[in-house]
Amino acid sequence: MPSAFISRKNVFGLRSMGQSKTKPSFFNEMIDGGTVRAPYRGLEGWSRDMPLDLRTLKQSEAEKLFRRIGITFAVYGEGGDPDRLIPFDMFPRVFSGAEWRKLDMGVKQRARALNAFLADVYGRGEMIRSGRIPARLVYQNEAFERAVVGIRPPRGVFSHIVGVDLVRTGPDEFFVLEDNCRTPSGVSYMLENREIMMRMFPQLFRENRIAPVEGYPAALRRTLDSVAPRKCEGAPCSVILTPGHFNSAYYEHSFLADMMGIELVEAADLFVEGDFCWMRTTEGPRRVDVIYRRIDDAYLDPLCFRPDSMLGVPGLMNVYRSGGVALASAPGAGVADDKAIYTFVPEMIRFYLGEEPILNNVPTWQCAKSDDCAYVLDNLSELVVKEVHGSGGYGMLVGPRSTKDQIALFADKIRENPGNYIAQPTLALSTCPTFVEEGIAPRHVDLRPYCLVGESIELVPGGLTRVALTEGSLVVNSSQGGGVKDTWVLAE
Amino acid sequence: MLSRTASNLFWIGRNIERAETVARLLEVGSRNALIPNIGGGYRNEWDAVLQATGKVEDFNAKYDEAVQRNIESFLFFDQDNPSSVTSCVEAARESGRIVRTALTGQVWDALNSGYQEINELRRTERSKLSISDLVDWTTRHASLVRGAIEDTQLRNDGYDFLYLGFALERGDATARMLDVKYYVLLPEVGYVGSGIDNYQWTTILRALSSNRSFNWAYGGGVSPAKIADFLILNRKSPRSLITAAEDAMHHLDRLARAYGRTTEAQTRIRGIVGELCETTVDDIFDEGLHEFLTRVINEVALLSGIIHEVYLSGETR
Repeated sequence: MPSAFISRKNVFGLRSMGQSKTKPSFFNEMIDGGTVRAPYRGLEGWSRDMPLDLRTLKQSEAEKLFRRIGITFAVYGEGGDPDRLIPFDMFPRVFSGAEWRKLDMGVKQRARALNAFLADVYGRGEMIRSGRIPARLVYQNEAFERAVVGIRPPRGVFSHIVGVDLVRTGPDEFFVLEDNCRTPSGVSYMLENREIMMRMFPQLFRENRIAPVEGYPAALRRTLDSVAPRKCEGAPCSVILTPGHFNSAYYEHSFLADMMGIELVEAADLFVEGDFCWMRTTEGPRRVDVIYRRIDDAYLDPLCFRPDSMLGVPGLMNVYRSGGVALASAPGAGVADDKAIYTFVPEMIRFYLGEEPILNNVPTWQCAKSDDCAYVLDNLSELVVKEVHGSGGYGMLVGPRSTKDQIALFADKIRENPGNYIAQPTLALSTCPTFVEEGIAPRHVDLRPYCLVGESIELVPGGLTRVALTEGSLVVNSSQGGGVKDTWVLAE
Repeated sequence: MLSRTASNLFWIGRNIERAETVARLLEVGSRNALIPNIGGGYRNEWDAVLQATGKVEDFNAKYDEAVQRNIESFLFFDQDNPSSVTSCVEAARESGRIVRTALTGQVWDALNSGYQEINELRRTERSKLSISDLVDWTTRHASLVRGAIEDTQLRNDGYDFLYLGFALERGDATARMLDVKYYVLLPEVGYVGSGIDNYQWTTILRALSSNRSFNWAYGGGVSPAKIADFLILNRKSPRSLITAAEDAMHHLDRLARAYGRTTEAQTRIRGIVGELCETTVDDIFDEGLHEFLTRVINEVALLSGIIHEVYLSGETR
């Protein structure tokens, strides 16, 4: 079996580190072969000529702005400062118009396929019947929601906001690391990073033709309104449902509500009566048509999911089922972004859309398969191992960066419960110039664009670039000390 | 507007007003402590301040002695005391964060920077902070928030809920301060009109930032009747009960018009304002100042409950 993977790697032209003992080489998005790549030419002079004191000044100005606006990020289980800022790096990450065109098509294609898959698994299950994906992986998946079987949400859309995590390893090599079909967060950073860059370096925006991202909130509102349920009368009333102000992403929830001009509600603000869902207002109950929920499935409706839960809106699922309210995303949408399902997304694209995938997956070993598991255990020092249901960079092993003891410890965990793990080659993530203490140095980056699926499929030209600020680190998660950058797409 | 949003706005108003009241009480205490004690009364003037906040038990459970440093800790810094300046400023900011979308950038800025600043104060060495610094900071913060609201908030229902919070808390605070003066500060009726009595009255005025305005309005000469008139019945006084009641009525009326619906809250406030309009100082003293004030405090609590029921719970239809 391992040999098959080597050939798969060749097909993808995947550059991976850890395969050889020599120092790995990384694709630098700004400087390739000693010359500055075209998209970054507008930044060459700017970064070279910026005196250190100006840079320090701007950096502290940016930090003050973030703090004043109130953009902070609490890290689960870390304690400490609840008002921690995500570090913002002022060096933008740039894509040419041509590069973006490919990403745009690839991400939209993926969003369509994932939604088709969801409609299928909660419907007739054609892909499973055809033997292209094991039934066990789908129907016994923790994220599979039996309560949703047979429901066809408005326009057949299950996942209305699809966040696709991308990494790059070369000029034309982009790979999808994972999909987020539930409630991908971080889009407020995409908008605020741009806002702050425009405020601090207006000349950059005069000199370069940078596609705007500010249309996102309006596009999201259009998307939500476009999936109003059949029973909706008149203009749809859309709301955002937040777990509350203690949630680490609360800032984003309130920011989006504000930008869209819709109410930000908590579960206690909603109740079900008759065939509809209502919110408590100072003028009495008001009917709610579309709920963009930023809470987990389990806390949506205690009558349906967790009888022991005090949270949620009792009876909401009944209203959903009978077409009285729309939920974005649909409960159970998580089954499409599960790490064990991920391997099958290219197959979904072929099966539902009859197209070839524009963006490739990273080759993945499933520890649930004994051959794969053996290979993974033999090569732990060269692989990245993740928990199937994990997120946020927790509970993962980066082989090349781990000690022998850590690896041995992790191997035991895999042997204990192989089905819980998948492994991927340690990708040679591209780097982007980043302001560090000593000046400017390359740091590894990834990208999360946000695709909107409603009446139409929309993607604003941009996304969230996360950067691993520690030298050599490949983990970009904000919960693990990653930072963010403004992401530019140059107009053609 | 979401009922929860309205409720948070209401409590922003109440907490900012309360922070200011507590800070002013601190000032009263520090001033009173400078005056030699002439027997009787409270031996320790700080006790009286504690009484005024209604938190004696909470204080005793945590601190030994009612000395300045402890009172300062309790009333300004203590996060376990929900009425401390720190707690109020934090609660107001937290409410602001919850209803961020219902506030202008400037109002949020004022709430948020106050929160950042008070955290800085908490990190500062205590010996470097005088009580007047703390009081000044608090009144400045309250003014900043109020100014930002006045200058930038949309004049919609949210604005009315903010101001209802301010008005109700202010009426409650003035009534309590007056009551404390009569029943806590002064042990025996014999002291009424004595030198120490007058000094304490003046301190109350000072605490309500009304010393100068009182002199302008009444040509000096402190007497219980004049002060009761000034703090209860005089429309010129920004902190009198009637001013607070009429403010509340104004904003409740605006809500009734905006929503096209009159509720029990409007009826109730009309009753309160009507009574204050027709009452004279003599009536109040005939009834007994304490009895009168107790009634007012209960009326305010009742009104607060009704506002909660008809607007903030979302149950009314």
